[in-house]
Amino acid sequence: MMEKHIRVLVAKPGLDGHDRGAKVVARALRDAGFEVIYTGLRQTPEQIAEAALQEDVDVVAMSILSGAHPHLFPKVVELVRANGMKDTLIIGGGVIPEGDIPALKKAGIAEVFTPGTPTGDIVEFIKTHVKK
Amino acid sequence: MFISKVVLGIDTVKELLTGSRLALSRTITAIENEYEEASAIMRELYPHTGHAFVLGITGPPGAGKSTLTDKLAREYRKMGKTVGIIAVDPTSPFSGGAILGDRIRMNGLTLDKGVFIRSMGTRGSLGGLSHKTADAVKALDAFGKDIIFVETVGVGQSEVDIVKAADTTMVVLIPGMGDDIQAIKAGILEIGDVFAINKADHEGADKLQAELNMMLDLDGSMLEWRPPIQKVIANQGEGINELIALIDKHYTHIKETGLLVRRRHERIRTELLELLKSSIGSYITKNIVDSGRLDNYLSDIELRKNDPYTIVRELLNELLKK
Repeated sequence: MMEKHIRVLVAKPGLDGHDRGAKVVARALRDAGFEVIYTGLRQTPEQIAEAALQEDVDVVAMSILSGAHPHLFPKVVELVRANGMKDTLIIGGGVIPEGDIPALKKAGIAEVFTPGTPTGDIVEFIKTHVKK
Repeated sequence: MFISKVVLGIDTVKELLTGSRLALSRTITAIENEYEEASAIMRELYPHTGHAFVLGITGPPGAGKSTLTDKLAREYRKMGKTVGIIAVDPTSPFSGGAILGDRIRMNGLTLDKGVFIRSMGTRGSLGGLSHKTADAVKALDAFGKDIIFVETVGVGQSEVDIVKAADTTMVVLIPGMGDDIQAIKAGILEIGDVFAINKADHEGADKLQAELNMMLDLDGSMLEWRPPIQKVIANQGEGINELIALIDKHYTHIKETGLLVRRRHERIRTELLELLKSSIGSYITKNIVDSGRLDNYLSDIELRKNDPYTIVRELLNELLKK
Protein backbone atom coordinates (compact mmCIF):
# COMPACT_ATOMS: atom_id res chain seq x y z
CA MET A 1 0.00 0.00 0.00
CA MET A 2 1.33 3.40 -0.86
CA GLU A 3 2.44 5.48 2.07
CA LYS A 4 0.88 8.89 2.44
CA HIS A 5 3.47 11.38 1.22
CA ILE A 6 3.52 14.74 2.95
CA ARG A 7 3.78 17.44 0.28
CA VAL A 8 5.40 20.76 1.11
CA LEU A 9 5.59 23.89 -1.02
CA VAL A 10 8.81 25.76 -0.27
CA ALA A 11 8.50 29.32 -1.49
CA LYS A 12 10.36 32.59 -1.35
CA PRO A 13 7.87 35.46 -1.33
CA GLY A 14 9.04 38.99 -1.95
CA LEU A 15 12.10 40.41 -3.55
CA ASP A 16 15.13 39.29 -1.58
CA GLY A 17 17.41 37.07 -3.63
CA HIS A 18 18.73 34.81 -0.92
CA ASP A 19 17.48 31.25 -1.15
CA ARG A 20 20.28 29.36 0.57
CA GLY A 21 18.20 28.87 3.71
CA ALA A 22 15.16 27.77 1.72
CA LYS A 23 17.30 25.26 -0.17
CA VAL A 24 18.81 23.84 3.05
CA VAL A 25 15.30 23.40 4.45
CA ALA A 26 14.04 21.89 1.17
CA ARG A 27 16.84 19.35 1.22
CA ALA A 28 16.21 18.46 4.89
CA LEU A 29 12.52 17.95 4.16
CA ARG A 30 13.38 15.74 1.20
CA ASP A 31 15.64 13.64 3.40
CA ALA A 32 12.78 13.32 5.87
CA GLY A 33 10.77 11.66 3.10
CA PHE A 34 8.58 14.61 2.13
CA GLU A 35 7.79 15.67 -1.42
CA VAL A 36 9.06 19.21 -1.70
CA ILE A 37 7.75 21.44 -4.45
CA TYR A 38 10.31 24.17 -4.88
CA THR A 39 9.16 27.24 -6.76
CA GLY A 40 12.21 29.48 -6.60
CA LEU A 41 12.72 33.16 -5.89
CA ARG A 42 10.52 36.24 -6.02
CA GLN A 43 7.06 34.74 -5.74
CA THR A 44 3.99 36.86 -5.20
CA PRO A 45 1.48 35.71 -2.57
CA GLU A 46 -0.94 35.03 -5.43
CA GLN A 47 1.55 32.71 -7.14
CA ILE A 48 2.26 30.89 -3.89
CA ALA A 49 -1.42 30.33 -3.12
CA GLU A 50 -2.15 29.14 -6.65
CA ALA A 51 0.84 26.75 -6.67
CA ALA A 52 -0.29 25.41 -3.29
CA LEU A 53 -3.74 24.77 -4.77
CA GLN A 54 -2.51 23.03 -7.94
CA GLU A 55 -0.04 20.91 -5.99
CA ASP A 56 -2.53 20.15 -3.19
CA VAL A 57 0.20 20.53 -0.60
CA ASP A 58 -0.16 19.74 3.09
CA VAL A 59 2.26 22.48 4.06
CA VAL A 60 3.28 25.89 2.73
CA ALA A 61 6.74 26.85 4.03
CA MET A 62 7.95 30.36 3.29
CA SER A 63 11.27 32.06 3.83
CA ILE A 64 11.82 35.81 3.91
CA LEU A 65 14.99 37.72 4.69
CA SER A 66 13.90 41.14 3.51
CA GLY A 67 11.65 42.24 6.34
CA ALA A 68 8.49 42.06 4.24
CA HIS A 69 7.03 39.23 6.35
CA PRO A 70 4.45 41.32 8.29
CA HIS A 71 2.69 41.99 5.00
CA LEU A 72 3.43 38.92 2.85
CA PHE A 73 2.96 36.04 5.32
CA PRO A 74 -0.61 37.01 6.35
CA LYS A 75 -1.49 37.71 2.71
CA VAL A 76 -0.54 34.16 1.74
CA VAL A 77 -2.61 32.74 4.62
CA GLU A 78 -5.59 34.76 3.47
CA LEU A 79 -5.31 33.66 -0.17
CA VAL A 80 -4.69 29.98 0.65
CA ARG A 81 -7.76 29.89 2.92
CA ALA A 82 -9.83 31.75 0.31
CA ASN A 83 -8.98 28.94 -2.13
CA GLY A 84 -10.76 26.51 0.18
CA MET A 85 -7.63 24.97 1.68
CA LYS A 86 -8.68 25.11 5.30
CA ASP A 87 -6.26 22.57 6.78
CA THR A 88 -3.06 23.49 4.98
CA LEU A 89 -0.31 24.12 7.52
CA ILE A 90 1.43 27.43 6.83
CA ILE A 91 4.82 28.08 8.38
CA GLY A 92 7.47 30.76 7.97
CA GLY A 93 11.13 31.31 8.52
CA GLY A 94 14.02 33.62 7.88
CA VAL A 95 15.16 36.79 9.59
CA ILE A 96 12.08 37.48 11.69
CA PRO A 97 12.36 39.67 14.83
CA GLU A 98 10.98 37.98 17.97
CA GLY A 99 8.55 40.85 18.46
CA ASP A 100 6.85 40.19 15.12
CA ILE A 101 6.10 36.53 15.81
CA PRO A 102 2.93 36.87 17.94
CA ALA A 103 1.23 38.94 15.25
CA LEU A 104 2.20 36.43 12.54
CA LYS A 105 0.81 33.56 14.58
CA LYS A 106 -2.37 35.48 15.15
CA ALA A 107 -2.61 35.90 11.37
CA GLY A 108 -2.49 32.13 10.89
CA ILE A 109 1.20 31.30 10.56
CA ALA A 110 1.41 28.07 12.57
CA GLU A 111 5.05 28.48 13.53
CA VAL A 112 8.01 30.74 12.77
CA PHE A 113 11.52 29.30 12.55
CA THR A 114 14.32 31.81 12.99
CA PRO A 115 18.04 31.42 12.07
CA GLY A 116 19.78 28.69 14.03
CA THR A 117 16.75 26.38 14.21
CA PRO A 118 17.87 22.76 13.66
CA THR A 119 16.17 21.49 10.49
CA GLY A 120 15.03 18.45 12.48
CA ASP A 121 12.76 20.75 14.51
CA ILE A 122 10.96 21.82 11.33
CA VAL A 123 10.56 18.19 10.24
CA GLU A 124 9.13 17.23 13.63
CA PHE A 125 6.78 20.20 13.66
CA ILE A 126 5.40 19.25 10.25
CA LYS A 127 5.00 15.57 11.14
CA THR A 128 3.15 16.51 14.33
CA HIS A 129 0.85 19.11 12.83
CA VAL A 130 -0.11 17.91 9.37
CA LYS A 131 -3.70 16.72 9.48
CA LYS A 132 -4.17 13.38 7.83
CA MET B 1 -5.82 2.39 3.33
CA PHE B 2 -5.52 6.03 4.24
CA ILE B 3 -8.31 8.43 4.91
CA SER B 4 -8.02 11.50 2.77
CA LYS B 5 -7.90 15.02 4.11
CA VAL B 6 -11.27 15.84 2.68
CA VAL B 7 -14.01 13.36 2.01
CA LEU B 8 -13.97 12.89 -1.72
CA GLY B 9 -16.95 11.60 -3.54
CA ILE B 10 -19.46 12.18 -6.25
CA ASP B 11 -19.52 15.88 -5.38
CA THR B 12 -15.81 16.09 -6.04
CA VAL B 13 -16.33 14.68 -9.50
CA LYS B 14 -19.18 17.10 -10.18
CA GLU B 15 -17.06 20.00 -8.99
CA LEU B 16 -14.14 18.88 -11.12
CA LEU B 17 -16.34 18.61 -14.19
CA THR B 18 -17.71 22.10 -13.59
CA GLY B 19 -14.27 23.65 -13.33
CA SER B 20 -13.18 23.53 -9.67
CA ARG B 21 -9.38 23.55 -9.64
CA LEU B 22 -9.39 22.47 -5.99
CA ALA B 23 -11.50 19.42 -6.83
CA LEU B 24 -9.12 18.59 -9.69
CA SER B 25 -6.14 18.96 -7.39
CA ARG B 26 -7.66 16.81 -4.63
CA THR B 27 -8.64 14.20 -7.21
CA ILE B 28 -5.06 13.91 -8.43
CA THR B 29 -3.95 13.49 -4.79
CA ALA B 30 -6.48 10.70 -4.31
CA ILE B 31 -5.19 9.01 -7.47
CA GLU B 32 -1.55 9.42 -6.47
CA ASN B 33 -2.01 8.17 -2.92
CA GLU B 34 -4.33 5.37 -4.02
CA TYR B 35 -7.07 6.48 -1.67
CA GLU B 36 -10.01 4.13 -1.47
CA GLU B 37 -12.23 6.62 -3.31
CA ALA B 38 -9.84 6.84 -6.27
CA SER B 39 -11.27 4.01 -8.34
CA ALA B 40 -14.84 5.25 -7.88
CA ILE B 41 -13.72 8.70 -8.98
CA MET B 42 -11.96 7.29 -12.04
CA ARG B 43 -15.13 5.41 -12.99
CA GLU B 44 -17.07 8.67 -12.95
CA LEU B 45 -14.40 10.58 -14.84
CA TYR B 46 -13.72 8.00 -17.51
CA PRO B 47 -16.62 8.85 -19.84
CA HIS B 48 -15.35 12.44 -19.94
CA THR B 49 -11.85 11.52 -21.11
CA GLY B 50 -10.34 10.98 -24.54
CA HIS B 51 -10.55 14.54 -25.83
CA ALA B 52 -7.15 15.98 -24.95
CA PHE B 53 -4.01 15.81 -27.06
CA VAL B 54 -1.25 14.34 -24.89
CA LEU B 55 2.28 15.51 -25.67
CA GLY B 56 5.13 13.65 -23.98
CA ILE B 57 8.40 15.47 -23.40
CA THR B 58 11.46 13.47 -22.50
CA GLY B 59 15.23 13.78 -22.58
CA PRO B 60 18.31 13.78 -20.38
CA PRO B 61 18.57 15.86 -17.18
CA GLY B 62 19.35 19.48 -17.91
CA ALA B 63 18.24 19.30 -21.54
CA GLY B 64 15.72 22.08 -20.92
CA LYS B 65 12.50 20.08 -20.82
CA SER B 66 10.80 22.38 -18.31
CA THR B 67 11.91 25.56 -20.03
CA LEU B 68 10.71 24.19 -23.35
CA THR B 69 7.41 23.09 -21.81
CA ASP B 70 6.94 26.60 -20.45
CA LYS B 71 7.58 28.19 -23.85
CA LEU B 72 5.37 25.72 -25.75
CA ALA B 73 2.56 26.14 -23.23
CA ARG B 74 2.63 29.93 -23.68
CA GLU B 75 2.29 29.55 -27.45
CA TYR B 76 -0.62 27.13 -27.16
CA ARG B 77 -2.27 29.56 -24.74
CA LYS B 78 -1.92 32.32 -27.36
CA MET B 79 -3.84 30.04 -29.74
CA GLY B 80 -6.58 29.84 -27.13
CA LYS B 81 -5.93 26.25 -26.04
CA THR B 82 -6.16 25.30 -22.38
CA VAL B 83 -3.14 23.50 -21.01
CA GLY B 84 -2.44 20.87 -18.37
CA ILE B 85 1.09 20.04 -17.37
CA ILE B 86 2.31 17.05 -15.40
CA ALA B 87 5.96 17.33 -14.47
CA VAL B 88 7.63 14.27 -13.02
CA ASP B 89 10.82 14.42 -10.95
CA PRO B 90 12.66 11.58 -9.22
CA THR B 91 11.79 10.29 -5.77
CA SER B 92 14.78 9.37 -3.63
CA PRO B 93 15.05 5.60 -3.33
CA PHE B 94 16.66 6.15 0.07
CA SER B 95 14.35 8.54 1.90
CA GLY B 96 11.22 8.39 -0.26
CA GLY B 97 11.41 12.17 -0.42
CA ALA B 98 11.73 14.32 -3.51
CA ILE B 99 12.51 17.81 -4.65
CA LEU B 100 10.06 18.64 -7.40
CA GLY B 101 11.59 21.66 -9.07
CA ASP B 102 10.03 21.88 -12.51
CA ARG B 103 7.74 24.75 -11.53
CA ILE B 104 10.77 27.03 -11.18
CA ARG B 105 10.88 27.31 -14.97
CA MET B 106 7.13 27.79 -15.26
CA ASN B 107 6.38 30.52 -12.73
CA GLY B 108 5.05 32.76 -15.47
CA LEU B 109 2.21 30.29 -16.08
CA THR B 110 1.07 29.94 -12.47
CA LEU B 111 -1.51 32.71 -12.51
CA ASP B 112 -2.94 31.85 -15.92
CA LYS B 113 -6.26 30.20 -15.09
CA GLY B 114 -6.09 28.30 -18.38
CA VAL B 115 -3.05 26.38 -17.18
CA PHE B 116 -2.87 23.73 -14.46
CA ILE B 117 0.54 22.41 -13.44
CA ARG B 118 1.03 19.40 -11.21
CA SER B 119 4.37 18.01 -10.02
CA MET B 120 4.69 14.30 -9.30
CA GLY B 121 7.47 12.20 -7.76
CA THR B 122 8.30 8.89 -9.43
CA ARG B 123 7.65 7.05 -6.13
CA GLY B 124 9.57 3.94 -7.05
CA SER B 125 8.63 3.73 -10.71
CA LEU B 126 11.64 3.34 -13.00
CA GLY B 127 10.32 4.17 -16.45
CA GLY B 128 10.57 7.96 -16.25
CA LEU B 129 6.99 8.51 -15.06
CA SER B 130 5.12 7.59 -11.89
CA HIS B 131 2.69 4.67 -11.83
CA LYS B 132 -0.18 7.13 -11.51
CA THR B 133 0.78 9.60 -14.24
CA ALA B 134 -1.66 8.13 -16.76
CA ASP B 135 -4.60 8.50 -14.35
CA ALA B 136 -3.57 12.05 -13.49
CA VAL B 137 -3.62 12.78 -17.23
CA LYS B 138 -7.20 11.46 -17.35
CA ALA B 139 -8.21 13.82 -14.56
CA LEU B 140 -6.83 16.80 -16.52
CA ASP B 141 -8.50 15.48 -19.66
CA ALA B 142 -11.89 15.20 -17.94
CA PHE B 143 -11.37 18.68 -16.52
CA GLY B 144 -11.37 19.84 -20.14
CA LYS B 145 -7.76 20.64 -20.93
CA ASP B 146 -7.15 20.78 -24.70
CA ILE B 147 -3.51 19.80 -24.52
CA ILE B 148 -1.69 17.97 -21.76
CA PHE B 149 2.08 18.03 -21.48
CA VAL B 150 3.70 15.14 -19.67
CA GLU B 151 7.29 15.94 -18.79
CA THR B 152 9.29 12.91 -17.69
CA VAL B 153 12.16 12.84 -15.24
CA GLY B 154 15.54 13.45 -16.80
CA VAL B 155 16.08 10.12 -18.50
CA GLY B 156 19.14 8.13 -19.48
CA GLN B 157 18.79 5.64 -22.27
CA SER B 158 16.01 3.24 -21.55
CA GLU B 159 13.19 5.01 -19.69
CA VAL B 160 10.55 4.86 -22.36
CA ASP B 161 7.24 4.64 -20.47
CA ILE B 162 6.25 8.00 -21.94
CA VAL B 163 5.34 6.41 -25.28
CA LYS B 164 2.60 4.47 -23.49
CA ALA B 165 1.12 7.66 -22.07
CA ALA B 166 1.49 10.15 -24.93
CA ASP B 167 -0.04 10.66 -28.38
CA THR B 168 3.08 12.42 -29.62
CA THR B 169 6.48 12.03 -27.99
CA MET B 170 9.08 14.74 -28.22
CA VAL B 171 12.69 13.93 -27.32
CA VAL B 172 14.81 16.90 -26.25
CA LEU B 173 18.55 16.60 -26.71
CA ILE B 174 21.48 18.93 -26.20
CA PRO B 175 24.90 19.03 -27.84
CA GLY B 176 28.00 17.72 -26.14
CA MET B 177 26.71 14.51 -24.62
CA GLY B 178 28.67 11.90 -26.52
CA ASP B 179 29.67 10.57 -29.91
CA ASP B 180 27.51 9.21 -32.70
CA ILE B 181 27.41 5.70 -31.24
CA GLN B 182 25.28 7.17 -28.44
CA ALA B 183 22.78 8.17 -31.07
CA ILE B 184 22.39 4.72 -32.60
CA LYS B 185 21.93 2.89 -29.32
CA ALA B 186 18.52 1.54 -28.49
CA GLY B 187 16.19 3.36 -26.15
CA ILE B 188 14.87 6.89 -26.02
CA LEU B 189 16.08 7.73 -29.51
CA GLU B 190 13.70 5.12 -30.87
CA ILE B 191 10.65 6.75 -29.33
CA GLY B 192 10.89 10.31 -30.63
CA ASP B 193 8.14 11.42 -33.01
CA VAL B 194 9.73 14.86 -33.01
CA PHE B 195 13.24 15.78 -31.90
CA ALA B 196 14.27 19.11 -30.43
CA ILE B 197 17.92 20.03 -30.19
CA ASN B 198 17.95 22.60 -27.42
CA LYS B 199 20.78 25.00 -26.57
CA ALA B 200 21.39 25.11 -30.30
CA ASP B 201 23.73 28.07 -29.83
CA HIS B 202 26.16 25.77 -28.02
CA GLU B 203 29.04 24.10 -29.81
CA GLY B 204 28.22 20.78 -31.38
CA ALA B 205 24.57 21.41 -32.27
CA ASP B 206 25.14 21.01 -36.00
CA LYS B 207 27.13 17.84 -35.45
CA LEU B 208 24.40 16.40 -33.24
CA GLN B 209 21.81 17.24 -35.88
CA ALA B 210 23.87 15.53 -38.60
CA GLU B 211 24.36 12.43 -36.46
CA LEU B 212 20.69 12.25 -35.56
CA ASN B 213 19.72 12.64 -39.20
CA MET B 214 22.01 9.81 -40.13
CA MET B 215 20.63 7.59 -37.40
CA LEU B 216 17.03 8.31 -38.39
CA ASP B 217 17.75 7.71 -42.09
CA LEU B 218 19.10 4.26 -41.26
CA ASP B 219 15.80 3.20 -39.79
CA GLY B 220 13.73 1.52 -42.48
CA SER B 221 10.59 1.47 -40.34
CA MET B 222 10.24 5.23 -40.67
CA LEU B 223 8.83 5.36 -44.17
CA GLU B 224 5.45 6.69 -43.02
CA TRP B 225 6.81 9.27 -40.64
CA ARG B 226 10.42 10.32 -40.56
CA PRO B 227 10.83 12.17 -37.19
CA PRO B 228 11.85 15.74 -37.92
CA ILE B 229 14.51 17.59 -35.97
CA GLN B 230 14.19 21.20 -34.87
CA LYS B 231 16.94 23.29 -33.34
CA VAL B 232 15.74 25.56 -30.55
CA ILE B 233 17.09 27.91 -27.92
CA ALA B 234 14.32 27.48 -25.38
CA ASN B 235 15.30 30.20 -22.92
CA GLN B 236 15.33 32.76 -25.73
CA GLY B 237 12.20 31.45 -27.37
CA GLU B 238 13.98 30.65 -30.64
CA GLY B 239 12.60 27.89 -32.84
CA ILE B 240 9.48 27.46 -30.70
CA ASN B 241 6.94 28.25 -33.42
CA GLU B 242 8.72 25.95 -35.85
CA LEU B 243 8.69 23.21 -33.21
CA ILE B 244 4.96 23.66 -32.65
CA ALA B 245 4.38 23.37 -36.40
CA LEU B 246 6.17 20.00 -36.36
CA ILE B 247 4.22 18.77 -33.31
CA ASP B 248 0.95 19.76 -34.99
CA LYS B 249 2.06 18.10 -38.21
CA HIS B 250 2.71 14.88 -36.35
CA TYR B 251 -0.64 15.04 -34.61
CA THR B 252 -2.37 15.57 -37.95
CA HIS B 253 -0.38 12.66 -39.39
CA ILE B 254 -1.38 10.21 -36.67
CA LYS B 255 -5.00 11.30 -36.90
CA GLU B 256 -5.16 10.92 -40.68
CA THR B 257 -3.33 7.60 -40.88
CA GLY B 258 -5.24 6.00 -38.04
CA LEU B 259 -2.08 5.69 -35.97
CA LEU B 260 -3.65 7.73 -33.17
CA VAL B 261 -6.52 5.27 -32.91
CA ARG B 262 -4.07 2.36 -32.89
CA ARG B 263 -1.87 3.98 -30.26
CA ARG B 264 -4.83 4.70 -28.01
CA HIS B 265 -6.18 1.21 -28.55
CA GLU B 266 -2.84 -0.23 -27.46
CA ARG B 267 -2.78 2.12 -24.46
CA ILE B 268 -6.21 0.98 -23.31
CA ARG B 269 -5.12 -2.64 -23.69
CA THR B 270 -2.00 -2.10 -21.61
CA GLU B 271 -3.90 -0.16 -18.95
CA LEU B 272 -6.62 -2.76 -18.68
CA LEU B 273 -4.10 -5.54 -18.31
CA GLU B 274 -2.05 -3.64 -15.74
CA LEU B 275 -5.14 -2.72 -13.74
CA LEU B 276 -6.23 -6.33 -13.73
CA LYS B 277 -2.80 -7.52 -12.61
CA SER B 278 -2.50 -4.93 -9.88
CA SER B 279 -6.01 -5.69 -8.63
CA ILE B 280 -5.19 -9.38 -8.39
CA GLY B 281 -1.93 -8.38 -6.69
CA SER B 282 -3.85 -6.32 -4.12
CA TYR B 283 -6.21 -9.22 -3.52
CA ILE B 284 -3.26 -11.50 -2.84
CA THR B 285 -1.64 -8.97 -0.51
CA LYS B 286 -4.84 -8.48 1.45
CA ASN B 287 -6.12 -12.04 1.68
CA ILE B 288 -3.02 -14.14 1.61
CA VAL B 289 -0.06 -12.03 2.79
CA ASP B 290 -1.57 -9.64 5.37
CA SER B 291 -3.80 -12.35 6.83
CA GLY B 292 -0.69 -14.38 7.71
CA ARG B 293 -1.72 -17.33 5.54
CA LEU B 294 1.40 -17.06 3.41
CA ASP B 295 3.66 -17.49 6.44
CA ASN B 296 1.73 -20.59 7.47
CA TYR B 297 2.73 -22.33 4.25
CA LEU B 298 6.41 -21.56 4.61
CA SER B 299 7.30 -24.10 7.30
CA ASP B 300 5.54 -26.85 5.36
CA ILE B 301 7.61 -25.98 2.31
CA GLU B 302 10.82 -25.78 4.35
CA LEU B 303 10.16 -29.23 5.79
CA ARG B 304 9.35 -30.48 2.29
CA LYS B 305 5.88 -31.53 3.45
CA ASN B 306 4.51 -29.40 0.66
CA ASP B 307 5.85 -27.52 -2.36
CA PRO B 308 5.26 -24.02 -3.77
CA TYR B 309 3.63 -25.35 -6.95
CA THR B 310 0.91 -27.27 -5.17
CA ILE B 311 0.16 -24.35 -2.88
CA VAL B 312 -0.07 -21.88 -5.74
CA ARG B 313 -2.45 -24.21 -7.60
CA GLU B 314 -4.66 -24.53 -4.52
CA LEU B 315 -4.71 -20.78 -3.91
CA LEU B 316 -5.47 -20.05 -7.55
CA ASN B 317 -8.35 -22.51 -7.53
CA GLU B 318 -9.71 -20.82 -4.44
CA LEU B 319 -9.38 -17.37 -6.05
CA LEU B 320 -11.09 -18.45 -9.25
CA LYS B 321 -14.09 -19.92 -7.42
CA LYS B 322 -14.89 -16.55 -5.84
